[in-house]
Amino acid sequence: MELLRFATAGSVDDGKSTLIGRLLYDSKQIFEDTLEALEHTTMLRGEEGMNLALLTDGLRAEREQGITIDVAYRYFATPRRKFIIADTPGHVQYTRNMVTGASTADMALILVDARKGIIEQSRRHAFLASLLGVPHLVLCINKMDLVDYDQEVFERIKAEFKEFAAKLDVRDLQFIPMSALNGDNVVDRSANMPWYEGTSLLHLLEEVHIASDRNLIDCRFPVQYVIRPRDDKHHDYRGYAGQVASGSYKVGDDVVVLPSGFTSTIASIDTADGPVEEAVPPMSVTIRLTDNLDVSRGDMICRPNNQPHISQDVEAMLCWFGERAQLQPGVKYALKQTSKWARALVKDLHYRLDVNTLHRDEDATSLSLNEIGRVTLRTTAPLFSDDYRRNRATGSFILVDEASNDTVAAGMIV
Amino acid sequence: MQRIISHLDALESESIHLLREVAAEFERPVLLFSGGKDSVVMLHLAKKAFWPARLPFPVMHVDTGHNFPEVITFRDSSVARLDVNLVVASVQESIDAGRVVEETGPNASRNRLQTTTLLDAIEQHNFDAVMGGARRDEEKARAKERFFSFRDEFGQWDPKNQRPEIWSLYNGRHRKGEHIRVFPLSNWTELDIWQYIADEEIELPPIYYAHRREVFRRDGMLMAVTDFLQPGDGEEVFEATVRYRTVGDATCTAAVASTASSIEDVITEVAASRITERGATRADDKFSEAAMEDRKREGYF
Repeated sequence: MELLRFATAGSVDDGKSTLIGRLLYDSKQIFEDTLEALEHTTMLRGEEGMNLALLTDGLRAEREQGITIDVAYRYFATPRRKFIIADTPGHVQYTRNMVTGASTADMALILVDARKGIIEQSRRHAFLASLLGVPHLVLCINKMDLVDYDQEVFERIKAEFKEFAAKLDVRDLQFIPMSALNGDNVVDRSANMPWYEGTSLLHLLEEVHIASDRNLIDCRFPVQYVIRPRDDKHHDYRGYAGQVASGSYKVGDDVVVLPSGFTSTIASIDTADGPVEEAVPPMSVTIRLTDNLDVSRGDMICRPNNQPHISQDVEAMLCWFGERAQLQPGVKYALKQTSKWARALVKDLHYRLDVNTLHRDEDATSLSLNEIGRVTLRTTAPLFSDDYRRNRATGSFILVDEASNDTVAAGMIV
Repeated sequence: MQRIISHLDALESESIHLLREVAAEFERPVLLFSGGKDSVVMLHLAKKAFWPARLPFPVMHVDTGHNFPEVITFRDSSVARLDVNLVVASVQESIDAGRVVEETGPNASRNRLQTTTLLDAIEQHNFDAVMGGARRDEEKARAKERFFSFRDEFGQWDPKNQRPEIWSLYNGRHRKGEHIRVFPLSNWTELDIWQYIADEEIELPPIYYAHRREVFRRDGMLMAVTDFLQPGDGEEVFEATVRYRTVGDATCTAAVASTASSIEDVITEVAASRITERGATRADDKFSEAAMEDRKREGYF
């Protein structure tokens, strides 16, 4: 059974919680005691029926204020796939939440209310999904029951969104007309919209092809940890443990170790279950080389004829999450990329991007909470990186404030 | 090549990546091991992450003194078989030292007292990373947890002020006296855990499988008669075929009526169950809607 991670985004009243509730309920993942607690809480709050949002609002502050503050993770499975939902709230800390949820997602669902059509937030969510390189984007045009299941409404919204999405880098874009409340096109095809020829949402989630979204071409293996047992049985064992970021490694492959540039050959690819012939993402394995080289955490094992950029000068798009301080040129931060920490100086802020209009403000001198901009960084040690578009694992980094240790930014190398 | 990676392989790989990050980035990590199924799986993953080397950190059991004897026997045999170092932090010692006061009354439990014992042990041993087997699907406050979860110098969790966690770039930076809780099983569900136990043929304490036991009914749950928990007036003792879905302190962990005596039976039962494991078996979560959040804020697991 394959694992699919998807993020859901939408504004407050577009029925996102209802949709998630329905997916969980119809796949029998809401348990009776949870339902009872939900009914009870809904009643105590003086509301009617069942407020499915309470299902995902796990914190006291969220329930008190009636808003979702933080990304919530939900799990469900069908006989075909297991799903992890990152439910990202749309108002408070919207960029931080959407970026967090989208960073690991195979697919993003953006909900719009059929009566309202594309609003500012829909564009923002689509932009963030595209910026974060989510391979599959689905626009769920919800509340079709409230527009009499009118095909024209669906086609109009679809055309408007397509025009906007043309400015983005979206690889796979799908549109589904639905009513989460009534279950139209959620699990089963709806009889109310015979004009719709596509699949239901659940069918799409189960069938969308994600295996080829991985980069299986560029071999990148960031060394995480060196395994040296130093006991009698494994006296000379020296293995480089890590998770394959991209590419395919086979026993006998010629490799180069960065930054030293020494070359060697893969002697074996080990796991606790025994050796394997080949390793692909996201496998965690231990690689042994035929030569005794000096390799440590932060190094990268690649192929000699396909190497990443090696540079201390980094061009990147930056999403700023710092609440206490703004990003300003001239300030230094700790930077983590793959298994490597370095320090980074912000040399230049080229522009701040308006996520609603995509307008570039080149006069900007700082980035505040939830703002996005293009920067140049200078790092203390060279990074081994690829363009984020080509490689999400080696093109991404975080910045950490050296005084507070807070994670203040997510960066995507361009 | 387009090899399909199964969901259990993907989860295993994610957990192993996390365990190796901890070993690489912290000076004094520790893995919490109670003998419960989640911590057994976590320890199994840790052995795989560093194979063929020994575990580069010790394991710690916060011992309430009110455990099921089968679980303590299992804990000790596991530690011996896997050749790992065990640290025991004792709630009884915290009580004897006057650090905590034992609860009284029919529902008295040492569950909440564990927090003080845990935090004292973290301080005493200077642990800077504490790995726990909590899962996000267990409970709604836990659904908001990070993989790397920051704790201040009082061991407190501030759910409204968590570090954003993007991609798999974990930030474990902290000052002296602060620490990071790490949850390698965050994305596993109860069913994933059981399927993995079956696939990997992992041994568990026998009380996870159906057995005959003397129980009584309290608040709708089946509680075992033990040295630490006796029936009150009007609580009738009877023998039943039961098993445990979770294993914690004997005073607040209930059994479920079940004839599932093999791993296959248990998986069938879990897959068909309509009640969450904590809802079915944990008296400690029944106090209020935010019981877990409140305990976690104080520094609970």
